[in-house]
Amino acid sequence: MSDPIENSENIVIEGAYCPLPLEHSEQIVIGHGSGGKMTHDLIQKVFHPYFKNEYLAQGNDFSLIVPDRFDRNKNWVFTTDSHVVTPLFFPGGDIGRLAICGTVNDICVSGGQPLFLTAGFIIEEGLSISVLHKVLASMREAANEAGVSIIAGDTKVVEKGKADQLFITTSGFGLASPLIQLGGQFAKPGDQVIITGTIGDHGIAVLAARGELGFSSDIQSDVAPLNHMVQSLLEVAPHTHVIRDPTRGGLATTLNEIARQSNVGIVIDEINIPVNPTVHSVCELMGFDPLYIANEGKLVIIVPEEEADLALKEVQSTLYGGKAAIIGKIVSEPPKRVLLKTTMGGTRILDMLAGEMLPRIC
Amino acid sequence: MRYLDEYRDRDLAHRMINQIKKIATRPWAIMEICGGQTHSFMRYGLDELLPSQIDLVHGPGCPVCVTPLELIDKALTIALQPKVIFTSFGDMLRVPGSQDDLFSIRAKGGKVRVVYSPLDAVKIAKENPDHQVVFFAIGFETTAPVNATSVIQAKALNLKNYSILVSQVCVPPAMHAILSSPANRVQAFLAAGHVCSVMGYWQYHPIAEKYHVPIVVTGFEPVDLLNGVRMAVEQLEKNQAMVQNAYPRVVSEQGNKPAQKIIDQVFMPVDRNWRGIGTIPLSGLGLRPEYSEFDAELRFNVSHIQTKESEVCIAGDILQGIKKPSNCPAFGTACTPEHPLGAPMVSSEGTCSAFYRFRRG
Repeated sequence: MSDPIENSENIVIEGAYCPLPLEHSEQIVIGHGSGGKMTHDLIQKVFHPYFKNEYLAQGNDFSLIVPDRFDRNKNWVFTTDSHVVTPLFFPGGDIGRLAICGTVNDICVSGGQPLFLTAGFIIEEGLSISVLHKVLASMREAANEAGVSIIAGDTKVVEKGKADQLFITTSGFGLASPLIQLGGQFAKPGDQVIITGTIGDHGIAVLAARGELGFSSDIQSDVAPLNHMVQSLLEVAPHTHVIRDPTRGGLATTLNEIARQSNVGIVIDEINIPVNPTVHSVCELMGFDPLYIANEGKLVIIVPEEEADLALKEVQSTLYGGKAAIIGKIVSEPPKRVLLKTTMGGTRILDMLAGEMLPRIC
Repeated sequence: MRYLDEYRDRDLAHRMINQIKKIATRPWAIMEICGGQTHSFMRYGLDELLPSQIDLVHGPGCPVCVTPLELIDKALTIALQPKVIFTSFGDMLRVPGSQDDLFSIRAKGGKVRVVYSPLDAVKIAKENPDHQVVFFAIGFETTAPVNATSVIQAKALNLKNYSILVSQVCVPPAMHAILSSPANRVQAFLAAGHVCSVMGYWQYHPIAEKYHVPIVVTGFEPVDLLNGVRMAVEQLEKNQAMVQNAYPRVVSEQGNKPAQKIIDQVFMPVDRNWRGIGTIPLSGLGLRPEYSEFDAELRFNVSHIQTKESEVCIAGDILQGIKKPSNCPAFGTACTPEHPLGAPMVSSEGTCSAFYRFRRG
């Protein structure tokens, strides 16, 4: 999108083509990645209308950002994330919403406010342009909701079979107050562990959309931008120690990462973990464990005990936090381990996911 | 979720634990046959809630674990061939053969697909007439009816491109093998509820009688498992040796007759090699001669492949309940779920994987 804008009015037709080439306005062909007129048209006609802003209007290969004088004392937060998902559209979301929210959320867990995103598109030859329109519209909606601008972009087209329809890489830039210190290494014994809602919804929604379950379900992906939730949280609980989004590998894997980084133990009460009843049923049938299933709109928040109740109430009052719950606490022993108090009252290790989760045999 | 939540009732579970504590006057070694039961015990932390006199011995009932190495090597050889789509339940993909696993075959370009049912494999065969489609038919009596049905379907559809690589095993012969071993320390069995839902439990009376051992048909939820343990301990304390059914909502004495008929139509008893244990006579199922055209071993001419086990892995002793994973020098060091030396570390039903996931260190 920040490809140089040529003056399209000045393009001179050098001679009549016979027969006239097809315009290819219905699907992506290799020519759309040539860097020539087709690329230019694709960017102008398909991409730009969705992401109009002062930066893209500069029309350069770059976007120049002049920092506000208030921003000069802030920390910079930078992140990048690639998105591949089959199918591109699933109940509750699509690859476009995922690409915006994934990067927005990676910035906001630093406590920072995401401001600018860039987007790189790798498109497989043959992708319908109407699909691209739908994805871009969804990206715009998610970006507006998060309050971020997409200020640079790039497209490449690869031959049929060299990619799976559409891959999107987004990078993000944000600013954070230097007073906020968040990170996986800051969990302290006594802290409380909050999950901001039901776990496993995204993974099961995508699995169901692939038709791999052999039955349909009403599960919606939870994919959502969580920056507003984080800002509200930090107003009432400024001493929050850790915020992390439990995406691939699920809640269990995220908790293990934090336990290792902070050299602490974490004890979780299974009975308090919110799980949507349909997700629960699907997991029972397929032999999956919701603790290991991906989320795209949830946060694990680790907060000092004295701020925990306020933090919980605040999160519960936000759009995506209605089902938030305190699910456990940080302990000093055993370090680097997550223990689960089972619904039966027993205790066991809750480990990271090893490899791919496999459905059971019988 | 109905039919589940009521069997995960914490108060009821604790009442049963208290009853077991009251009746158990001395140590008892009780084997749960099925790996699914082993995982439930540990997943809910029930093994820790039970009184210390109850020694749970983990049985051989994990189909992934007992599938012999040479059969996995055969699977890998077939899966690597061009124009073959190799289909399998997910668990088998990570089981190491002597060199590779099915995941690495897939990375090398082999067409390996996870299916949830062999009937999906039949569908794939129908849709891909230019490919040979092979299904890895592993499992106990639980998977046998649907695996047999896939062959019946393929025959009815006149599919010439579908076959199964058979590794079906049966529970009663394994119980005989365990009980007649001089190293045996099992005093009672929790029989595998899902196997019994197909086969019933009429086969177990002679075993209970011959070896004087209580056998309780048991389900998989916490209350089911504790009820099974309670009934087994009650018998042991009274010196009884009966077959009892603690899973009547699913299992009947005669089992699922139509399913048994389908098994019998397609399969017949054969000697089977159990990984880590060795050959047990008439302990498995093989295709009957009239269905031999669906036998992948014959179709791909891989019967000659023979392989030796890792010398470090003590899977055999673990599967027979003689040793626990913590007795293995490789456990958690050379052998982990990411780099398993033996199958019990791989499967979601494997004993070593249960110990690693829930009880390590």
